[in-house]
This record gives sequence, C-alpha cells and structure tokens, in this order.
Amino acid sequence: MVTKLTPKELAKKEERLAPGHRLCAGCGAAIVVRQMLAAIDEPVVLANATGCLEVATTIYPYSSWRVPWIHNAFENAASTMSGVEAAYRSMVRQGKLEEKDVKFIAYGGDGGTYDIGIQALSGAVERGHQFLYVCYDNGAYMNTGIQRSSATPFGAHTTTSPAGKVIPGKQQFRKDLTKVMAAHDIPYVAQAAPSKWRDLMQKTRKAVNCGGPAFMNVLASCNRGWRHETDETIEVTQLAVDSCFWPLYEVENGEWSLTYKPRKKVPVKKWLERQGRFSHLFRDENRHMIDEMQEEVDRRWEKLLERCGEG
Amino acid sequence: MSKFEALTGNAAVSNAMRQINPDVVAAYPITPQTDTVQTFSEFVADGLVDTEFVTVESEHSAMSACVGASAAGARVMTATSANGLALMWEIIYIAASNRCPIVMSLVNRALSAPINIHCDHSDVMGMRDSGWIILMSENGQEAYDNIIQAIRIGEHPDVLLPVAVCQDGFITSHSLERVELFEDGEVQDFVGTHEPQWPLLDVEDPKTYGPLDFYDYYYEHKRQQVEAMEKAHGVIREVTQEFNDRFGREYGLFEAYRMDDAEVAVIAANSTAGTAKTAVDNLRDQGLKAGLLKLRVFRPFPGQELAEALRGVSAVAVMDRAISFGSMDNAGPLFSEVVSALTLNDVHVPIADYVYGLGGRDIRPGEIENVYQEAFQMAENGKVERRVRYLGVRE
Repeated sequence: MVTKLTPKELAKKEERLAPGHRLCAGCGAAIVVRQMLAAIDEPVVLANATGCLEVATTIYPYSSWRVPWIHNAFENAASTMSGVEAAYRSMVRQGKLEEKDVKFIAYGGDGGTYDIGIQALSGAVERGHQFLYVCYDNGAYMNTGIQRSSATPFGAHTTTSPAGKVIPGKQQFRKDLTKVMAAHDIPYVAQAAPSKWRDLMQKTRKAVNCGGPAFMNVLASCNRGWRHETDETIEVTQLAVDSCFWPLYEVENGEWSLTYKPRKKVPVKKWLERQGRFSHLFRDENRHMIDEMQEEVDRRWEKLLERCGEG
Repeated sequence: MSKFEALTGNAAVSNAMRQINPDVVAAYPITPQTDTVQTFSEFVADGLVDTEFVTVESEHSAMSACVGASAAGARVMTATSANGLALMWEIIYIAASNRCPIVMSLVNRALSAPINIHCDHSDVMGMRDSGWIILMSENGQEAYDNIIQAIRIGEHPDVLLPVAVCQDGFITSHSLERVELFEDGEVQDFVGTHEPQWPLLDVEDPKTYGPLDFYDYYYEHKRQQVEAMEKAHGVIREVTQEFNDRFGREYGLFEAYRMDDAEVAVIAANSTAGTAKTAVDNLRDQGLKAGLLKLRVFRPFPGQELAEALRGVSAVAVMDRAISFGSMDNAGPLFSEVVSALTLNDVHVPIADYVYGLGGRDIRPGEIENVYQEAFQMAENGKVERRVRYLGVRE
C-alpha cells in the first residue's frame, strides 16, 4: 500500500532524517528533505554534495541518516550517484545483490548544482542513470557564509555581492536551472516548494518512479541569508511562489504544465520586503531595481504560461 | 594453459580487465590511455564482461563515480593519464581516504604545460602523497601481471586502499610485445570475489559515508591510513609470492638485475629499466661490474629493502623521469626517496640524480652507459662531481 499523502498517515512513518541534526531552526533544506523522504515508501540511497545539509547532519561520529548516505565532494553528487547506481544495476544483473526497487536521490545546494556541479549533473542525466537529483535552492553559498551564486536573485545582498555605495547588491538575474535541465529532455523535471507540501511530495513520487533520470529544483529558504525570522520560512517561501518568482510546474516527458497558479499574483515587492537581503532596494536610489525585477519575473512568468499552454 | 599474443601494453591491461570482470568501470578518454578503455568497451559491447561501463563526461566524474561504486560494494576499475589524473586530483585523495580499493591503470604522460602527450612521470609523482599504492611496470606484460595483483592487494581487508598500476605512455602502452595471457579461469580464481565489508547498498543496515570529521577524529583517521599503508607492505609481498608461485614469475618489491657483485648501481622505473638492462649487459661484456635496481613498488616505498640491496655498492645513480621543482638541488622525486632510504639505513655512498626523458624525450642505452661511467668515476673518487644532471637536454 502506498502511504496516503495526508498528515495523519505521514505522521505514522519513521523520519528518515533523524532529529538532533544541527541545521538551523527554520532551515528550508531540512523541511524539504523530510517532506520528500516521507513521500517515498521504497528504500532509498542518498548522495549529498558538500554543503549545509551535509555538514550539519554527519558530524563524526554521529549521523542523522537512517538510510544509506554518501558524501564525496562539492561538485560531484551526481557523478558519485552515477557510480552507486551503476554498481546497483551491475550487481543486481549479476545476481550479486537482491533487487529491491531502491530509489537513488542526490541532494545538492544551488552552489553545488547551478555552479560547480552543473557539468557532473548534466553528464549524469544524459547518461540516463535512474536517479533523482534534487537542488535545494537557497540562492547563495550559505554554508561558506552567504556568497552569491548563479541562483542568487537580482539585487540580493550577499557577502560577495554586498549592497555597497556604488553597487547595490547582485547585478544579474538568476540562471533558470530548471529550464536548463528540461532542455536535457529527461523523463521528469519539476520545480517545487515546501510551502506547497503535497505538490512537492507528489512531484517526488513522480520523479522517483519516472523510469529514468529526474531533476527537481526546490526552493529552500535560508533565514541566515534571506534575513527573516526562523518561524517565517513557509510564509516567505509561499510569497516567492505567489509572486511567481518561483513558479511551481513540471515537465513530464516533454509536456510542460503548471501545478499551481496563484489566484492573485502578488507583486514581487511583497516577497522582497520580508527579507533583509533586499532591504537596500527600498532606498529611493535603488527602487528602480524592484521595478526591473518585477519586469523580469513577469517576462519569465508569461513565457512559462505560454509553454504550459496557459498563455 | 596460458597463451602468448602480440599485444600493446594498453591491450594487455584491457585483457586483464576483461578477465577480472569488474562490476563497474568509469573512465574518460585521454591519450595515451584511451585505447585501454576503447578495447574494454568492445568487451562490454560484445557481452564478454558483466561490467557497467560508465562513460563519464570528465575524469573528475570518473573518479567520483568510482568512489560511489566502490562504496556501494562493487569491484571498480579505471584508467587515465597526465591531465586526466590531475583533474581527478581532489577525488584521488578522497578515494584513498574513504578506503575505496579502486584499481587504476595509469599510463604515464607528461603534465601540461606545454601540452605534450608523451611519457614522463610527472603525473604519478604528483600523487605520491595521496594514499594510493603505486606499482610500476617495465612493459605490457608487467602491467598485465601488476593489474591482476593490484585487485588482491587493494581489496585485502588489512589494506583497503586504491592501487595505481603505471606503465610508460606510448613506449610500452602502444608497443606490440609478446604478452603471456593466463587463462580467464586462472585469473578469476586468483582475484577471487570481492567481499565488501560495509556496502552502501545494504539498505537494511544503513551506512554513512564521507561525514564531516574535525580535529577530534580526523587525525586518527589519517593515522589509520598510515597503518593500512604499513600493512600493504606485507600484503604486497604475500600476494606477489602467491602470484609468483602460481604463474611462474619472480617479482619482488623491486628487481635486482646483476646486482650480486655490482660495484655501481642505477635505479630506474618502468620502461627505462628495460633499456638500462641492455646498458648493464653491454658494460658487463666489457668486464665492468654494473647492476640495476628496477623499482616495482613505489608506494609504499620499500626504503629499508632498497638500502639493503644497495649496501656494498660504491656509487649509486638515480634515474628520475620527473622534476620536483624547488626541491633540494631541483632533483627528481625518486632521488629524494632513495637518498633518505640510504641515509637512514646507514648506507653512505656517493649518489647522483639523472633527470631524463621529460615529455617523451628518448633515452638510449648509450646514455645510460654514460651514467654508469660517471658512477664508476664517483666510486673511484669517492665523491660526487655534480649532484643533479639533466640527460639529453639542450642547455
């Protein structure tokens, strides 16, 4: 029996990421991982890129993982997992290992995925390994102390794109990695957020059962970098979704579809004003950047609607 | 019954890989290693092996996939050269530190820049402190024999370390030579089955691989790697002995060629040792007592045994196919090792270093004979005229 995606049924399942790990209170990554792993009833084997999720869950001699887990380096969670998955297929085929419908999942932050790990990721999905790669996107190198990545939103203050007197935060719009991955024409690609937990869990199930490589980009707030209170994670995340900065959609065998359409599109300003990393944008001389960001968010949203046949 | 075939060094290694039949091979093309995995991929395509061949998009991913597969519980092999090895660098250390007994065919080639595809040992010398066991091979036959032994050495429960088996790029990797291939069954019987102790794929008993390890444990884990390397010394001898008994070979930690009554000795590795044997024979014909020590095991370095083998000679010349820039006298890395070994074992003898053959520059018997002549002079004068020489370079 597949577990029903209801709080009552899900609460009966054992947590695969045990409590006692040292991720920050309100960390989006932990919420994402717990929701996703709760969605899967089958055995899982995880790989983890270097990053917060890795360092805070496996401080030797302790481990928070109640499932097999491997960390190799920063840029190679995808290639490490290709080795694990190849070993599984080889040994099952040779009768050295019992087949158990194991689900292979690699986790990386946006630094480890959009930037340093994109080559390994692209290669691994092109080769067709049966695994799900999950980017928990918090929009900066949070583990090393909030440095800008190619996922960092336009205008955001990070420690390497500081809001200075001359340059007010990050000057580039973010890379749209979900679309980059969709261009690989793999069976399943999705964008999700933990504020829409059932959507996230349904996507997770589709991803691990799609019969080939899958990619999910999941927004995971970091309150240290985003600068909001620790109990506001889900609320702020949902504003990113409702402002269409972070649309929820999936690409299943090349078919694009929205999985959530805000009843009323919230101005991106509403999302920005909740986060300290954008506070400098509300100074008179920088307000034009909010407009520029709104324009870019609108442009990308319209394009997405078109792709999803909703334009 | 074994059979003899005309094979290149690379093809000999491919055949050893076919006979070993590893669970996973992850590799990326790079000259002069390329046709090792090219030939192996034909074995895969023709169903002659059970291997999952992961055709990665870079060497960094090759070694990353090898670590993943090895941790998963698979028997894993790969091959590379020079810049490919350099791109693996980060994961080379991780493979050893995570105690993954991966076996690599390393076809030695000069590191860039300038870019060059020919042989020297700058690639392997860079990995000398990484925690890998390193074996050297004079020719394709030795590369074949070493690869087979490497599986047993690396996977030994007291060791659990990766092993690199070197041979010289083009010089032996692409030369057709007479190679004895053992029967498939004999090789499979020798290597046995891989029995991983803590496979990641055991979903009933989850393991955490590669945790964060701070000042309270990291040091002890490094100390354990030292212990594994110390034990490897004995395991290599055991496995070598068993191999010799089964297949009629005479391998040791190194080969002492005409050393019994030698007055001077040259130390060399890989194909140059073969050339040096010709030089030794020529000099012996002239009544000169020349001997050769051909290094087989570079890591763990058999310092004490080497010193004992050299005790009694009157001069030593080391042949280095790499430079350790900025080291004392800008000597080669092998020289520093040998000097330490001799000094710490109280063998005090004039010793000089001969850097040679960088970027594939040819080395001929006559040049090595000159090295011997200078060694005889060192022996006679009891002193070293010039500590480091660069053979065959235009100054």
